[in-house]
Amino acid sequence: MATEYKLRMGDGKRIFMTKEQIVADLKEGMADAADLGEIPELSEDEVDKLADIVTMPSRMVGVEQGKEVPVTHDIGTIRIDGDQGNSGVGIPSSRLVGAMMHERAFGADTMELGHIDYSYKPVKPVIAQEMQTMEVCQQNMIVPLLYGAMPNMGLYYTPDGPFPNPGDLMKAFKIQEAQEAMEHAAEHLTRDTVWIMQRLMSSGADGVNFDTIGAAGDGDMFASLHAIEALRKQYPDIYIEAGMAGELLLGLHGEMEYDGTVLAGLWPHQQAPLAAKAGANVFGPVVNTNTSKSSPWNLGRAVTFIKAAVEASPIPCHVNMGMGVGGIPMFETPTIDAVSRASKAMVEIAGVDGI
Amino acid sequence: MGMPISHIMTSGMSGIRAAGDLVARMQLAKNMRIGEAKDYVAKKLDVTTDDLSDEYVMRELREDLGIGVITSVAGAPKGIAAKMNIEKLLGIDINCCEKFRGQLK
Repeated sequence: MATEYKLRMGDGKRIFMTKEQIVADLKEGMADAADLGEIPELSEDEVDKLADIVTMPSRMVGVEQGKEVPVTHDIGTIRIDGDQGNSGVGIPSSRLVGAMMHERAFGADTMELGHIDYSYKPVKPVIAQEMQTMEVCQQNMIVPLLYGAMPNMGLYYTPDGPFPNPGDLMKAFKIQEAQEAMEHAAEHLTRDTVWIMQRLMSSGADGVNFDTIGAAGDGDMFASLHAIEALRKQYPDIYIEAGMAGELLLGLHGEMEYDGTVLAGLWPHQQAPLAAKAGANVFGPVVNTNTSKSSPWNLGRAVTFIKAAVEASPIPCHVNMGMGVGGIPMFETPTIDAVSRASKAMVEIAGVDGI
Repeated sequence: MGMPISHIMTSGMSGIRAAGDLVARMQLAKNMRIGEAKDYVAKKLDVTTDDLSDEYVMRELREDLGIGVITSVAGAPKGIAAKMNIEKLLGIDINCCEKFRGQLK
């Protein structure tokens, strides 16, 4: 009887697979990425190495000594004190305490301060509090401390915002009106993000993390790239991390361009050069996890996409590896065996500059 | 919460336990890829790139350089004071240090 290895589905459930099944799934996931992104497949040696990582008997694996990379964080301190039924663990504490816990207790290489609603727009009414908190955190912290939030352009549409909802307009075949709503929303999103970061930079922030760019489609990325461009122009030394929401930039508008490139339909290796062109220091590519497929399928696919993005990127790539992306199962408490294998594979095979 | 800790244990550079913050800072400040950032920091610290993730090497070195350690050391630079030493060590300006200097009368 063939040896079976303990693995995971994309939703985290335990499964058992033979080596032959593992290699077949790795190759199938890899082929899917290569086909969609029109990018090179992994070499036979790389597939073999992936299979070795996946089948290691230890519960937790690690990168080879000397190959460690810095880790950046989205959500930041909110994962300590946040208590909304998501990834926050609801420990009553200040954000300063959360930041210092990450720095001194968890070994974090960088940290991020964020607002509990974690979108830029709702920061505006509480900007004074954010500035004070940033100052206090910077006085006590040593690791680079960014301010982070989601562009989340959806908040600019009715019923949450001032502009008509493009989804409703498109359902009524009012395509031009929908596009105009997205253009207006993008303009406001750029303006708000720059306004917020001007104040946080005056409070000593090291920089900014744009977390989940493109979640509301190509307009979301259009607005974020223009905000990055404006911030880089005003603050030549600001640290800017541009992290994506998904692997494929959805073309809700369809015709928005940046630097002569149509944004709709871009894959990670095509997104990275635009983030660099706008002025980002670090790019965070994303590959989504398919919960109906095995962890080898998801990892083969994610590593193929990210390796191409790392090679195409002029700036460091810190791959997104939270719950449901980068070969990590879509689960609030992802298993250590799956996280550590995906983490090692991204460093040693995809060649990421950080996580 | 276990997800980021798993990444830190699997692949991370251990922050101020070692030299992860310094390498990350050069990536963020100067767009340095991982190899270039490690080479730059190692040269500034006069250690090997492998030493940058070695808590044994970095603990004493960080204390000597006054760039912050995770445990309490009476009188040692912490917070902005440690970052001012990091500025000099790495040859970069750090925004909060600039703001701090600007507030001095």
